[in-house]
Amino acid sequence: MRTSKLLLTVAHRFAILAYIVVALFPLFWLLKVSVTPNDLLYSEGVRMWPSRATFEHYTFVIAHSAFPTFFKNSLIVAGSTAVAVTILASLAGYALSRFRFRAKYWIVALMLITQMFPLVMLVAPIFKMLSPLGLTNSLTGLVIVYTAFNVPFATFLMQSFFDGIPKDLEEAAMIDGATQFVAFRQIILPLTLPGIAATLGFVFTAAWSELLFALMLISGNDAATFPVGLLTFVSKFSVDFGQMMAAGILALIPACLFFLLIQRYLVQGLTAGAVKG
Amino acid sequence: MASIDIQSIRKSFGTFPVLHGVDLAIRDGEFIVLVGPSGCGKSTLLRMIAGLEDVTAGEIRIDGKRVNDLAPKDRDIAMVFQSYALYPHMSVADNMSYSLRLRRAAREKIVSAVGGAAAKLGLEPLLERRPRALSGGQRQRVAMGRAIVRQPKAFLFDEPLSNLDARLREQMRAEIKKLHGDLRATSIYVTHDQIEAMTLADRIVAMHAGVVQQVGTPLDLYDRPANLFVAGFIGSPGMNFFEGRYAASGGEAALHLSNGTILPLGRRDGIAAGAPTTLGIRPEHVVLDPRGALEARVDLIEPTGFGIIMHVTIHDVPLKIFTLDRAMLDPGPAVRVDLPQERLHLFDGEGKRLD
Repeated sequence: MRTSKLLLTVAHRFAILAYIVVALFPLFWLLKVSVTPNDLLYSEGVRMWPSRATFEHYTFVIAHSAFPTFFKNSLIVAGSTAVAVTILASLAGYALSRFRFRAKYWIVALMLITQMFPLVMLVAPIFKMLSPLGLTNSLTGLVIVYTAFNVPFATFLMQSFFDGIPKDLEEAAMIDGATQFVAFRQIILPLTLPGIAATLGFVFTAAWSELLFALMLISGNDAATFPVGLLTFVSKFSVDFGQMMAAGILALIPACLFFLLIQRYLVQGLTAGAVKG
Repeated sequence: MASIDIQSIRKSFGTFPVLHGVDLAIRDGEFIVLVGPSGCGKSTLLRMIAGLEDVTAGEIRIDGKRVNDLAPKDRDIAMVFQSYALYPHMSVADNMSYSLRLRRAAREKIVSAVGGAAAKLGLEPLLERRPRALSGGQRQRVAMGRAIVRQPKAFLFDEPLSNLDARLREQMRAEIKKLHGDLRATSIYVTHDQIEAMTLADRIVAMHAGVVQQVGTPLDLYDRPANLFVAGFIGSPGMNFFEGRYAASGGEAALHLSNGTILPLGRRDGIAAGAPTTLGIRPEHVVLDPRGALEARVDLIEPTGFGIIMHVTIHDVPLKIFTLDRAMLDPGPAVRVDLPQERLHLFDGEGKRLD
C-alpha cells in the first residue's frame, strides 16, 4: 500500500518533469545560443553548452542596435492594449452576465463572428481604413487594432468570471444602499481580480508577440515593435543568431515580470466564504 | 418601523405568470411568515417588496408610500439572504457597517451601531475576521447583524436558516424570535419549513402556485385550515385524507368511500347528498381505543423518541397515527381506532373547507 503510493508519487513527479523539460527546452536553446560567441556557433557542432560563454551579444543589442526603441514601443503598445481591453471587457462582460437587454443574443453572435476570420484576410481593408486617418506607422493605430481584436474574447472571459460571482452579493449591496454601479465597483470588481489579472496577462502577451499587423501597419524603425525588430537581424546573406537570441531573451523579461506581478491574483480564490461553502 | 401594504400584486416572467394577484396588509411591527412549497412564488413576492424584481401589476406601499418604482436602496429595508451574501473581501465589522458608510453616517455613529449589533448577536470577538474564517452559524449571525445595524423600516428574510444544520437552526430560530421581541421591527420571513412558520409568525401567509391560500395566526391554520392545501401542508406528520361522497340518512351523516367503507360524520348541514367530499384528520387526533369503531391493519411503526408514528390501513385506505403510548411500539397485527367527530375537517369537491 505504502510503496505503491510512493511509486505513484514518483511517477507523477517524473511525468511533470518530462513535461517541463519538453516545454522549456526551446527557451534553454534560446539562452544557449545567446551566450555562444560567434566563432563557436558553427564550429563546435551540437552541444548543450558552449565551451566559452559571452555576453557580447547582449551588450551589442542594448548599446548598438535600435532594440531599446522596439522594446519601449512594445511596452507602450502591449501595456495600453491590455489596460484598454480589460476595462472594456470588464464593463461588457458584466453587462452580458447580469443584464437582460434587447439584441443581447445578436451582439454575442456578432462578437463570435469577428473571431472566425483569419486575420490575413483583414490586413488590407484595415490598412485602407487606417491610412487616411494617419494611423498607419503609429503606435496608436496598433493599440486600436489590437484592442478591437482582443475585446470579444476578453469579454467572454470576463463574463465567465462575473457569472461565477453570486448575484446575491450585489443584491445585498443594493439593499444596503448602493447603486448598481457602486455595487459593481466596490463589491464585484474586487472579487474579480483573478479574472482581471488573467485578462490582463492574456491580452498583454497577445499584443506583445503580435507580428502580422505590426509588420503590415508599421514601416521604419521608429514605431516598430520588438517582433518586427527581430526581423532586422535577418539580412539578405546571413542571420545573426547570437544577437537575435539575446534580443529574444531580453523580450521575455517584461512578460515574465508581468506574470510574476499578477500571479498572486491568478491563483487566489477570493470568493471563498462569500456564500455557503 | 412601518406597515407594508400589498395590493393585487401580479408577477410574470415573460409570459409565464408566477403570482396571480396577491393582497396582504402587514401591520407595523408584525412578524409575517410566507410559507409554501418551492416554486409557490413566496421568494418572488419578497424580492418584489425588496425591489429586486419588477412589479408586473398592482401596488406595494411601505409606510403609506408607493414604492413600485423605487430602487432597493431608497426603500429603507434590510434583507437576510439564504446564502448570507457576505462581502468576502471585507471584515465582519466592514460588512456590518457597509450600509452606514454608503449613507455617509458619522464615524461615531457607525462605531456605536456596529458595536451595539455585535453585542446583541455575540459577534464582538469576530469583528476583524473575514467571512471565510467563520462557521455557518457565525456567518448567519453576521448577515443578521448587517440587517439590524441600520434600523430599517422592515426586515426581509429569505429562507435564512435553510443552510444550517438542524441543531443550529433551532437555536437561531429562537434567537430571531427573541430579536424580534426586542426590536419589534416589521418582518417578512420566507420559509418552506412549517415549524419555522408556526413558531415565529404572528400571522402565516400560506401560498401555493402563486396564490395566497390562507392568512391567519399559526393556530388558525392548524385548527381551521381553509382548504386541502393548507390542511396538508401545515402539521407534521401530515393530515390524513379520505375521499368519498357525502350521504345523510335521518339525523346521521356519513362519508361513503369508493371502496364501500362508510365513515360516520355526525350531523353536518348544508351539504348536498352525493356531493364529493374529503374528510381530514390529523395523525395526533386519531384515537387508539380497543373498543374503537374501526379496525386498522398495522403496516409500519416509526418511533421518533418523543412519540410513535404508526402507518396503518383501514379498508385499504392508508392512515397515519401519532401516539405517545409506548405500548404501541409493539401493537400486534391490528389495532382499533376512533375518529373523534370534533376533530374532523371536511372539504368540498374543490378542496374548500366546509362547516
